Amino acid sequence: MPKDNAPVHGGIGASPKRREDVRFLSGTGNYTDDINLRGQAYVHFLRSDIAHGKINGLDLSEAEQMPGVLRIFTGEDFKTAGSIPCGWQITDRFGQPMQEPRHPILCETHVRHVGDPIAAIVAETLHQARDAAEAIGLDIEELPAVIDMRAALEDGATKVHDDLASNLCFDWGFVEENRQAVDDAISSAAHVTTVELVNNRMVPNAMEPRVAIGDYNRGTGDSTLYTTSQNPHVIRLLMGAFVLNIPEHKLRVVAPDVGGGFGSKIFHYAEEAFCTFAAKALNRPVKWTCTRSEAFLSDAQGRDHVTKIELALDKDNNFTAVRTDTLANMGAYLSTFAPSIPTWLHGTLMAGNYKTPLVYLNVRAVFTNTIPVDAYRGAGRPEATYQLERVIDKAARELGVDPIALRRQNFVTEFPYQTPVAVEYDAGDFHRLADKLEAKADLEGFAARRQQSEARGKLRGLGVNCFIEACGIAPSNLVGQLGARAGLYESATVRVNATGGITVMTGSHSHGQGHETAFPQVVADMIGIDANMIEIVHGDTANTPMGMGTYGSRSIAVGGSAMVRATEKIIAKAKKIAAHIMEASDEDIELKDGKFTVAGTDKSLAWGDVTLAAYVPHNYPLDEVEPGLEETAFYDPNNFTYPAGAYACEVEVDPETGKVTIQKFTTADDFGTVVNPMIVDGQVHGGLAQGIGQALMENCIYDADGQLLSASYMDYCMPRADDMPFFVVDHSNGTPCTHNPLGVKGCGEAGTIGSPATVVNAVVDALQSAGHKVDHVDMPLTPLRVWSAMQQG
Amino acid sequence: MSEVTMTVNGKPARGTIEGRTLLVEFLRDTLGLTGTHVGCDTSQCGACTVHVDGKAVKSCTMFAAEADGATVDTIEGQAAPDGTLNTIQQAFQDYHGLQCGFCTPGMVMSAAALLKDTPKPTEIEVRRYLQGNICRCTGYHNIVKAILAASGQDVTGIPGEIAAE
Amino acid sequence: MYAFEIERPATIEEAVRALSAEEAQPLAGGQTLIPTLKQRLAMPSVLVSLTGISGLRGIRTDEGGQLCIGASTTHAEVAAGAGVFPGLATMAGRIGDPAVRNRGTMGGSLANNDPSACYPAAALGAGATIVTDRREIAADDFFQGMFDTALDEGEIITEVRFPVPAASAYAKFEQPASRFALVGAFVARFPGGVRVAITGASEGGVFRWAEAEEALSRDFTASALEGVSVPSGDMIGDLHGTPEYRAHLVAIMTRRAVTAAA
Repeated sequence: MPKDNAPVHGGIGASPKRREDVRFLSGTGNYTDDINLRGQAYVHFLRSDIAHGKINGLDLSEAEQMPGVLRIFTGEDFKTAGSIPCGWQITDRFGQPMQEPRHPILCETHVRHVGDPIAAIVAETLHQARDAAEAIGLDIEELPAVIDMRAALEDGATKVHDDLASNLCFDWGFVEENRQAVDDAISSAAHVTTVELVNNRMVPNAMEPRVAIGDYNRGTGDSTLYTTSQNPHVIRLLMGAFVLNIPEHKLRVVAPDVGGGFGSKIFHYAEEAFCTFAAKALNRPVKWTCTRSEAFLSDAQGRDHVTKIELALDKDNNFTAVRTDTLANMGAYLSTFAPSIPTWLHGTLMAGNYKTPLVYLNVRAVFTNTIPVDAYRGAGRPEATYQLERVIDKAARELGVDPIALRRQNFVTEFPYQTPVAVEYDAGDFHRLADKLEAKADLEGFAARRQQSEARGKLRGLGVNCFIEACGIAPSNLVGQLGARAGLYESATVRVNATGGITVMTGSHSHGQGHETAFPQVVADMIGIDANMIEIVHGDTANTPMGMGTYGSRSIAVGGSAMVRATEKIIAKAKKIAAHIMEASDEDIELKDGKFTVAGTDKSLAWGDVTLAAYVPHNYPLDEVEPGLEETAFYDPNNFTYPAGAYACEVEVDPETGKVTIQKFTTADDFGTVVNPMIVDGQVHGGLAQGIGQALMENCIYDADGQLLSASYMDYCMPRADDMPFFVVDHSNGTPCTHNPLGVKGCGEAGTIGSPATVVNAVVDALQSAGHKVDHVDMPLTPLRVWSAMQQG
Repeated sequence: MSEVTMTVNGKPARGTIEGRTLLVEFLRDTLGLTGTHVGCDTSQCGACTVHVDGKAVKSCTMFAAEADGATVDTIEGQAAPDGTLNTIQQAFQDYHGLQCGFCTPGMVMSAAALLKDTPKPTEIEVRRYLQGNICRCTGYHNIVKAILAASGQDVTGIPGEIAAE
Repeated sequence: MYAFEIERPATIEEAVRALSAEEAQPLAGGQTLIPTLKQRLAMPSVLVSLTGISGLRGIRTDEGGQLCIGASTTHAEVAAGAGVFPGLATMAGRIGDPAVRNRGTMGGSLANNDPSACYPAAALGAGATIVTDRREIAADDFFQGMFDTALDEGEIITEVRFPVPAASAYAKFEQPASRFALVGAFVARFPGGVRVAITGASEGGVFRWAEAEEALSRDFTASALEGVSVPSGDMIGDLHGTPEYRAHLVAIMTRRAVTAAA
């Protein structure tokens, strides 16, 4: 909604202060680790310290006698349990399903990555559990580790999984029918630009490490899992139905306050299943609190693509084709959504903002003896944007044309636009975003700023980047065709209480996004009441409808839409009640500013009068509608949403050390309607920091033996306050989404998707300004890498 | 096992500890003050920052035994007894200086230590002071803005949708 | 962590006695030791806390004009109280982060001799004297390689005496993740000549860079270092820096330190 539309009652477009902040600021939040159940025992996982090995035997005899030890579990205890499931099946270029290995809760015959859990020791205290872990006799025969993806695909390579044919999970082509046409277009192009690049592996690093507490009530036979999850219902379904065989009505999953997710808390993890299982086996609550060091070895990681991209242009610099060849690391097992990331969430964005007619990707997903890789903020879309925007930037330099002009020349301008990669963009205006960016970033003033930097002995570079993402995932019937083993709707129950206050139970989960503040704004707007009359409940399967959770920038677009649908039902019913009381017909009732009126009369009823009547139905149309005022809706979108943006970054490079500093970062985003501009700004800021982190400092590195070298904050570089500038963000040029009731698109991932290429393009620009013949540097652009690049060119 | 006593948020506190009991464990597990968080085990993230005898320290990198007899202040003691947020807390809310809230207690405690020594810090001073506090959500933009605002400085020139109401 | 006891002696004598116990280990600020204990990489039976000994804390100037700093003085206290030696105070004010500086101590840092710690460069660069409960050790003799010092088992640093140079500065290039020194250069100009100590760079830990000292003793300007370089042969190579990069940074950081000092 345009900003000049004055928000009413803290409704859409307003920026009320976040109500969740009060508890977080006063230390009274309720994070999973803050929960302690009476009689709880503690589990410590003995994890593999080698990347690949065959378990010949485990000697538990001494450890079992250690003080406080309740029981030691091994893979043997889970023989009848299911494999930790993968929620997405990819069909390869040849029509065959992907190779899908078993993923046990605890290792059975082999250890397959450093950190793979071998045994779980449950004891009265955590110290006792750790002590006992050291007394376990391990007879593990070390096997060669497969770390490098190319080596993993060579004939005769050691296999990560003995029972699979090879380390190739799948060989995916998209759009397979275009393969030949793309080859032909590239071989006949006037100009072809090629970039070979690595999309570096990320460790998500939500500040709250994962925690799981299993609880079991023998009296009722009910299991409860408290867990740090972005989607408690998904965990209940996956763990209950596929792993532990607990029906959903006997299993409750609670995800209370969760300290950030960024994708890493979507997935169902072994530790969750373990704690749930062990609580029942021991008839005691069992708690696991991950340490940060353990998180580096057990949280699913992100990205890790090696790509060659080619962009073909005709003699007039029109893009004619894009071809890519990508190796995507799956790690040792398939995490919950792993196969969907380098395929559908990546391939469908390879047209970018451009009317390139032909696109072909070949993606080979590879098993290695590393920690599993899955969605990390952006998930597939940052990989797509990065390669596309790097190759376009390089093409502009090779052709000697302005990088923005080259992009503009190729922009999609008519909507809806059917891309050659399956999706249809419903709305957008890329030129307007570029206009906004040029103005906000003061690109005209760059030359002067570069001179000032040079006067200080620094090289200044300017990088730009345009992008589009597919968010709000998405239509269930479509994702089903693409291999999803789940639906991707969202749900909401709107419960209007007798005195007019409203409780909204949503399937979306908030772990930083501010739903407790933003969601009420929508309902407040629809009814015309104060947003403070509305409360959001989320995170507990016991009191929320089945929801698919929060990821893929989908909460407001899908969860918010479900809430709109449920509220529409509420309003329709409330109008019937009002009509009855005011002795008018339903169609004549209007609801505005929380007041029901009969058109053309001065009759009116307050919101609270009608809600009270619903629960005290003395004067009530009982023959027409039921008492009470509570409605549930499930919303299944009919397309993705397509947020887009244009970003600019100015960097300074210290030519003596290679150190890069971000001097200026400007964004122009199209998020469609914006519900809470303050929260949206914050989402962009955080996304930018993660994207800049990937571009400049973060890197998950294994050595040749599969040991994680960047295994703590001592070596894995997290962005700090002094690495970041103030950001200039803008989202005033939204083109509303055409197919959801709010016109919203989602803003959670844009910053992370749009920023890496912006930064790298800027650094390359800076280096070239000093005459260095450097046309690409792989992320992260650490001082070492930038300095090394300057030495070579 | 030994006995420690300290003054926590102005009230006497005592408990039995092991030598290896960290101050943060004593606060969270013995006293139930779970507002102080643990986000890493290498003393870098700062989610556990509290004040000991008026100075910011990482409570995960100090033994409870070392705080015997000390005055300890945590996030739970920052608001007024009636729950009114203090200036720094209020600025964090006003300027959206938090998202998931996990790093927030440490950020607030670090900010309080900064403003005690440097009542009107520059942007760079704020950013440098927060070297030991990692936030994954906010990109630090609104944290820095909130701290500058809490110091009474005008932040209207800093980009962003919001000004304090 | 494994189980251990903590003792908090009030005097140096009590501390020395406590450290004579089997598997006893001193605990200074703990900013390195505690993370190590969490990883179960050390197994002391007793930790002897040195932070409660009042005699180990404080900053004074002795009759010879040396700046004498008690071993348990924190980095923050040095940053605030060592104004007569600005190179040292500034360096201390940039170790770690503010919370670390409120706990970490000079004695703890020197005794640990982490190859990327800052204090060893200051002590060696200034030609400090490390005073222990039983003797005085010249900095030139104290540092004996990565994590290795001249200290005997159970020996405690009590004070560090710094000759105050006419000019000094420390230039640090931070390892991006840990913020320890990837390379740190401490330069100190005395009437008798210039001393240059380099931390973070060498496999052998902190070292004096003789060629730079010679050049700077003749001419204390950054340009005097042109063409002076260290061989990369014994430099550390890791994720964050190759030996060549570190050797390069040694020259750059030394130049910057000289510029800052001059």
